[in-house]
Amino acid sequence: MSAHDTQPDTPRDDRPARRVDLGQYALAAFMIVVGIYTVFDAARLEVGFADPVGPRVFPYVIGSGLVLVGALLAIATARGSQPEPEEGEDVDLSESADWLTVLKLVTVLLITVATVNLLGWALSGAVLFAGAAWSLGSRTLIRDVIVGLVLAIGSWYAFHVGLGIPLTPGVLDGIL
Amino acid sequence: MENFDLLMGGLQSALTPMNLLYAAIGVLLGTFVGVLPGIGPAMAIALLLPVTYRLEPTSAFIMFAGLYYGGMYGGSTTSILLNTPGESASVMTALEGNKMARAGRGAQALATAAVGSFVAGTIGTILVAFFSPALADVAVDLGAPSYFALMVLALVMTTTVLGTSALRGFAALFLGLTIGLVGLDLNTGQPRLTFGVTQLVDRLDIVVVAVGIFALGEALWVAAHLRRKPAHVIPVGRPWMGRDDWGRSWKPWLRGTAFGFPFGALPAGGAEIPTFLSYLTERKLSKRKDFGRGAIEGVAGPEAANNASAAGMFVPMLALGLPVTATASVMLSALQGYGITPGPQLMTEHADLVWTLLASLLIGNTLLLVLNLPLAPLWARLLRIPRPQLYAGILFFACLGAYATNLDPFDIALLVAFGLLGLMMRRFGLPVLPLILGVILGPLMETKLREALTISGGDYAGLFNEPLAVIIYVLIALFILGRPFIARARARVEGSATVEDEKELVN
Repeated sequence: MSAHDTQPDTPRDDRPARRVDLGQYALAAFMIVVGIYTVFDAARLEVGFADPVGPRVFPYVIGSGLVLVGALLAIATARGSQPEPEEGEDVDLSESADWLTVLKLVTVLLITVATVNLLGWALSGAVLFAGAAWSLGSRTLIRDVIVGLVLAIGSWYAFHVGLGIPLTPGVLDGIL
Repeated sequence: MENFDLLMGGLQSALTPMNLLYAAIGVLLGTFVGVLPGIGPAMAIALLLPVTYRLEPTSAFIMFAGLYYGGMYGGSTTSILLNTPGESASVMTALEGNKMARAGRGAQALATAAVGSFVAGTIGTILVAFFSPALADVAVDLGAPSYFALMVLALVMTTTVLGTSALRGFAALFLGLTIGLVGLDLNTGQPRLTFGVTQLVDRLDIVVVAVGIFALGEALWVAAHLRRKPAHVIPVGRPWMGRDDWGRSWKPWLRGTAFGFPFGALPAGGAEIPTFLSYLTERKLSKRKDFGRGAIEGVAGPEAANNASAAGMFVPMLALGLPVTATASVMLSALQGYGITPGPQLMTEHADLVWTLLASLLIGNTLLLVLNLPLAPLWARLLRIPRPQLYAGILFFACLGAYATNLDPFDIALLVAFGLLGLMMRRFGLPVLPLILGVILGPLMETKLREALTISGGDYAGLFNEPLAVIIYVLIALFILGRPFIARARARVEGSATVEDEKELVN
């Protein structure tokens, strides 16, 4: 638990003080860019007649706030402020991050986005489940596909029969 | 006693066999998702929003009430058996609870958590029933300036209290406010930050934002750091308490309730402070030497505080239409789905619905106790589901929930975008709640700000012309000035707890 930001962290024995987390500069830059864009986007709005505030003021305030916080974050980073990555039940922070798995998962999700209308939810959902399990290191592909199909077809029927929402049938139109 | 009669009337309309079934489903599902990592009650309710297309409002809310309390209880189960608090509100439970479990007293820890949650939730709900109508009567006369000040209070409190870094809290808050800007400006009908995309014009669906940031963000974050060895779950039998445990628990339950309810009822952001205060108090009052080695008071107090604050959350939600937690905001969007506008007039226009909702909270609470005491060993086993399939399932249901609202793949793409944002927030230690509240309260704030300033003709003094507004701003100032003391006190408590941990490891 680190103390307040304005007080420099007391260096502990197990880590060198003043290690700069370069990633935070990227976050600060992202916030500053988004803030500036928000201000520009608001500047082209028209203010109606007899509208003392108008649609611009709020985005101006928020955009400037983002830029300000982004700048403060950059300064805090330079002074050695470290983020505390979130811990969790299945999170092991002792090893370095495995971004390849994240990339695989995002790819599987984007495949779902691209194919869901064509293949229909019952197939796309199954591909999503099996693909995500595989990305996360499961090697029981046959079982995952079967579980995925059961989940996807089951949810299709649950929505169709239970709630009257027809999820896209896709290529299985007429079979389901 | 008029409120009491109304509450009894609510109980009558809520207590049908069908509704009890929905309550049971809600409790079981809620505990299920509460025990699973990566999804909390807000997520579960968001995923179940489609059921509101078919169910009566009463039945839907009974299910949500069960989900809400079930989810909270599931969170305390993992704190006790795994020492991994799923949310900030369970941090204090884990301190003593996990030590109890390691000393073979897990069953007693789970029991005191369950009974304490029941006691606190029941007292809390009854207090809501008595306070909300009175508050709604007052709130009808509140003007835009006071509302605006209340929302500023809610945002400042959540931003500075949660997490350890106020700067990162503000970063999350402003990102959330920016997301809340996307869509048509409500007064003039001009699109803002839509990049010319038609689907963005009618504002972002809070469900997609919440599910993306909570569930997808969590799944992606876990994917990057997946623990290769299974977590160590302490096996546990059926929860029960001996006479001694009851004797030691009942006072902390009541004290925890007294801490939790006011903090939940103020738009002051959640259960973190009251659970912390409750832990501190029990520790000070304890005459025994076993604090830090699994004292039952250290579970009983914070658990009660947590649930009382969860019940208290309904006061601002029902009386003012102000959601102060992610769960409250998802529940409000369910209300809006039924064409009900939350706010002070809710109590008068939809009185029967409100009383039924409060009654269903009582029912959900009772069922939680009845169902979960025998089922605890089962929940403990659930913690052993293989992780790849578990997170694949979470991704599957998250996409299903996003897709089912409009049957538009664009919503899944949006979900992925927010999932990546959630991943980034976890990587850089940005707290999630300020962002979600920014998304929800941002548009409301803007509306109230413009109302207040239109009335005053653009004069900024119009923000301070109500006594309540001025009082709130003074409170905010006091809070910000007092913050370093709170932070220091907390660091001391947690510091001493970890020091004792280290001593144990040495022995």
